[in-house]
Amino acid sequence: MNQILATPNLWRIYLLESKTETLRLIRTPGFSVPTILFPVMFYSFFGILFNMNAANMPTYLMVTYGVFGVIGPALFSFGVGIAVERGQGWFDIKEVSPMPASAYVFARVALTLSFSLLIILLLFFMGAVFAEVRLFHSQWLLIALILMLGSLPFCAIGMTLGLYLKSTSAPATVNLIYLPMGFLSGLWFPINFLPDFMQSFANLLPAYHLAQLALKVVDMDNGANLWLHLAVLLAYTFLFLLLAVKAYYKKDKQ
Amino acid sequence: MQTMTKPIIASIKRVSKKFDDQYALREISLEIHEGEVLSILGPNGAGKTTLINLMLGRLALTEGYIELLNFKPGDIKLKRQCGAMLQVSSLPDMSTVKEHILLFQSYYASPMDYHQLINLAGLKEIENSYSKNLSGGQKQRLLFALSICGNPKILFLDEPSVGMDITARKSLWQAINDLKRQGTSVILTTHYLEEADQLSDRIIMLNKGQVIQQGTPNEIKSQIDRKTIRFSSSVAIESFANLLNHSTISVRGNFFEIQTKNPALTMKKILSNTDDIRDLSINGAGLEDAFLLLNQQNDSRQERNQ
Repeated sequence: MNQILATPNLWRIYLLESKTETLRLIRTPGFSVPTILFPVMFYSFFGILFNMNAANMPTYLMVTYGVFGVIGPALFSFGVGIAVERGQGWFDIKEVSPMPASAYVFARVALTLSFSLLIILLLFFMGAVFAEVRLFHSQWLLIALILMLGSLPFCAIGMTLGLYLKSTSAPATVNLIYLPMGFLSGLWFPINFLPDFMQSFANLLPAYHLAQLALKVVDMDNGANLWLHLAVLLAYTFLFLLLAVKAYYKKDKQ
Repeated sequence: MQTMTKPIIASIKRVSKKFDDQYALREISLEIHEGEVLSILGPNGAGKTTLINLMLGRLALTEGYIELLNFKPGDIKLKRQCGAMLQVSSLPDMSTVKEHILLFQSYYASPMDYHQLINLAGLKEIENSYSKNLSGGQKQRLLFALSICGNPKILFLDEPSVGMDITARKSLWQAINDLKRQGTSVILTTHYLEEADQLSDRIIMLNKGQVIQQGTPNEIKSQIDRKTIRFSSSVAIESFANLLNHSTISVRGNFFEIQTKNPALTMKKILSNTDDIRDLSINGAGLEDAFLLLNQQNDSRQERNQ
């Protein structure tokens, strides 16, 4: 109890930090609207309007555009967001203030997850209403859960990018990772449309493994082991968390 | 001198900092007392920011040690007793002044009262403005508010009055003096020597990573035994220049300025020449003169040594 004098209420900080971050984003529709609408728009084009195989495609693409959709906010809110704040000098102010570093991460993860949830719900709605995707309740739920949790490795990747990239080059660099990775992981159209060597290359990409994991729920994956996908995603998470922590606690920056 | 009896809250002992192979700071030692304002002055590249960043724990020491309130720099328990105002190009656009302040207050266990804070920092009129709409001076005031919102025991101010108009600067000085009276120690870097003169209990002057002078503003000013004689006259400058071979004479606006070590003798010469003298004043050297001269002396001493 005598600690109360010296230690502020951590949960209050987490809450306020998340609230401030969320308000900021809502007031910046130039970022939030495209991030939410892009995956939904692509899904409408390729999954609903121009789909080539009505039996599978709407379901497959609903899952993979879900993956594409949850990766976006994770990479951008962390990658670009941190790089920009570093460029402004604002990150330094936060760093020398008594803000617990965990609060900063918590706020951005919370924000990313709420974006992810919104994107997932929109995609599910489009799929169910306009493309007659029919799944069991448990499948809907499991896919949503996998996608939500699956955005976490990309938060870690984004965090590292944000701590290493310059603010001016961050948006372009993040796009240069996000878009090709989406394409090569079979998020835009089924992975087996790609030539063989590209399909084996996809094994290196975290987005591919997340997509395969989610596709397992509807039996549309390539049949690799569940644990392999999980292991790769965990490895990516730990590697990039480590890099981010190293960058954050490195002194003599710049 | 009364600050000397106050307890020491921070000590910096034989601190050196190297970047690559270059020393940015060499063997700096200093102590900071409770409730004193210490200004760090020096030309660009002298090592002021490096010293502040070492104290904030943003840089790693090459040699020596630093202890603030019995903690090592960067410790979260130390940060909860400190505030820092650094130079920032912009703040996150879409938060209001009030939101920024409420968030930063939450980082401290017993923050300053919100209304007291916005009055002290002069933010009352703009508390609901988004930070993207603030002027340069208003941003500085907000950053100042964020740095003091936790009632810090140590306050770091890096160029706090950049972009502030005179009224805002005066109320900043007022606020700093208020904090000092409550026992806050302030470590200040500034390019406005008048600011350092007005606020500081003690000044240290850095040049090329070393302390070249320290003392109270008056002690530093008295290092310079020259006086400045200032007047206007319709007599041509040449006739004064011929008269006063040991002094330097210059024109500043409508005035002549003469630097001299012996003002009485100089005045006698001037008056023997003409009594067309108006708006006469004789002043001791300002901090700015001391600053320039001490840096010059240091530079030329180093050249001789090389």
